[in-house]
Amino acid sequence: MSDMIEVNKLRREFGTLKAVDGISFKVKEGEIFGLLGPNGAGKTTTIKMLTTILPPTSGNAKVAGFDIKKDQNSVRRSIGIIFQDPSLDEELTGRENLEFHAILYKMGDEQRTEKINSVLKLVELEDKADVLVKNYSGGMKRRLEIGRGLLHEPKVLFLDEPTIGLDPQTRRHMWNYIQKLNAMHNVTLILTTHYIEEADFLCNRVAFVDHGKIVALGTPTELKNTLGGDVVSVKTENSDLLEKGLSGKGWIHHMKKHDGFIDLSVKEGEKKIPEVVMIAQNVNAEIESISLHKPSLEDVFLHYTGKTIREEEGSWKDTMRSRIVRRNR
Amino acid sequence: MNMDTNAIYVLWLRDVKRFVRAKSRVIGTLMFPLFFMVGFGLGFNNLVHIGNSSYLEYLVPGVIGMSLLFTAIASGTAVLWDRQFGFLKEILVTPNSRTAVVIGRVAGGATTAVLQSILVVAIAIPLGFTLSSNASLLIAVLFMLLIATTFISLGLIFGSVINDFQGFQLITSFFTFPLFFLSNAIFPMSGMPAIVQYLSYVNPLTYGVDGLRGALTGSASMPLVLDAAVLLVASAIMILIAAYAFEKTEVG
Repeated sequence: MSDMIEVNKLRREFGTLKAVDGISFKVKEGEIFGLLGPNGAGKTTTIKMLTTILPPTSGNAKVAGFDIKKDQNSVRRSIGIIFQDPSLDEELTGRENLEFHAILYKMGDEQRTEKINSVLKLVELEDKADVLVKNYSGGMKRRLEIGRGLLHEPKVLFLDEPTIGLDPQTRRHMWNYIQKLNAMHNVTLILTTHYIEEADFLCNRVAFVDHGKIVALGTPTELKNTLGGDVVSVKTENSDLLEKGLSGKGWIHHMKKHDGFIDLSVKEGEKKIPEVVMIAQNVNAEIESISLHKPSLEDVFLHYTGKTIREEEGSWKDTMRSRIVRRNR
Repeated sequence: MNMDTNAIYVLWLRDVKRFVRAKSRVIGTLMFPLFFMVGFGLGFNNLVHIGNSSYLEYLVPGVIGMSLLFTAIASGTAVLWDRQFGFLKEILVTPNSRTAVVIGRVAGGATTAVLQSILVVAIAIPLGFTLSSNASLLIAVLFMLLIATTFISLGLIFGSVINDFQGFQLITSFFTFPLFFLSNAIFPMSGMPAIVQYLSYVNPLTYGVDGLRGALTGSASMPLVLDAAVLLVASAIMILIAAYAFEKTEVG
């Protein structure tokens, strides 16, 4: 299979802020590729550069074989985008939004009507097609946007946080749509998300993005295997003591301390729990709780960045809040 | 320049559809001209005569010029709305040039502004305004188009450069009111100090209002051809600047 997307040391700076700091990756044809990371990690900026909305500061990329700097119109013809923020005209009906999109992509009359009907069917909006979009629910709007992104049969479809702000049930639905269209149309999908489960469930391969860089890349299984087994999570108030006691033990692949927890990556975790408890007693560290789970992508993210996505989220919200306050002043 | 007729057509159609659907908005935008014509027009009609025309005859073309100016510049907010609600991105990632987007916007905005102005003429007639001839309305429509094109482009320039609504309001009213007062729209400049008169001659709206007055009532102070020529040049320059400004604008 050939490469649909080739990204080479792509970089974008906003003043002194390095939003995207030299990232490189390849996406194969027909693949579902995910960029996973906290908000503000540089995922959307990456997508904006790949979709020719934002020029890169340096580096380059090819999408569907076309250079994003030199051959913008060919790139635009080959891609579809579902933006993070809604991008529909709410004062038009669903069908009109699709029609306008089709005309903007220079589709012929006959082909247009046919495609619009089949897309409306795919996203199950046939009976709402002639209702003004402002009367749609959040999930319906998102579905319409997905349908619109597919209308001109792009080779590559970008989905920027496709399920942000949707309730869990609608999110599940959306995942099914995304899988269905990947299977049916063999369209290459590249999606950004800060939902661990979404990346795990949907993506063939995932790249972890943090502070504008890719810190790890692989299939979800590969990534989880890097931790070497199960995760034993110990909650204790004397985490320093326990860390000292556990350090140097050969059966621990990795150890990570984060907000009152010590996470250990070990093989056959259930057999190691007694040992951990013994060591804790020896060093006088009081254990509040102890749990064992198969590693999730969240654990892997923690391993590579030293933070969970949710922790980063918090700090991101704080920065955004201060930014908003500044703007309103 | 790369002409993408499809994009121009879609953006034009979008404006027209929105105009036809938003009946309350259309009625709302007619209220201001109506108050002007009733308040000033009828109020001063028996007291003031300008040249050979009654004050109402003098005022109606000015009110049309005013409503064109205000709606045209306000259409720049559409860029801000589209930026805010992401529709701008949707247009800009399609394989169409930004110049086509500007032309489509201007075409759509000019069409709706002209429709609105014709409605203003229709309201003025029962108030006592008389058209010099039916054909004159056609010439007036030409001037309406030119005025709308000039100032929609100005609105688009502001919309491309300014990113927030409050700033847009502030800066546009800073421009709109002088343009309006320095255009002979509600009173002739002849009694004003020389410097003010000079300023009115660099104001495209002066020529627009004069052209409308010539077309609708037959009492222009300059030759209609001159009015049309000045406006044509002004609108061409404004479109070019608007295309340039829009080319440079970044989408959040």
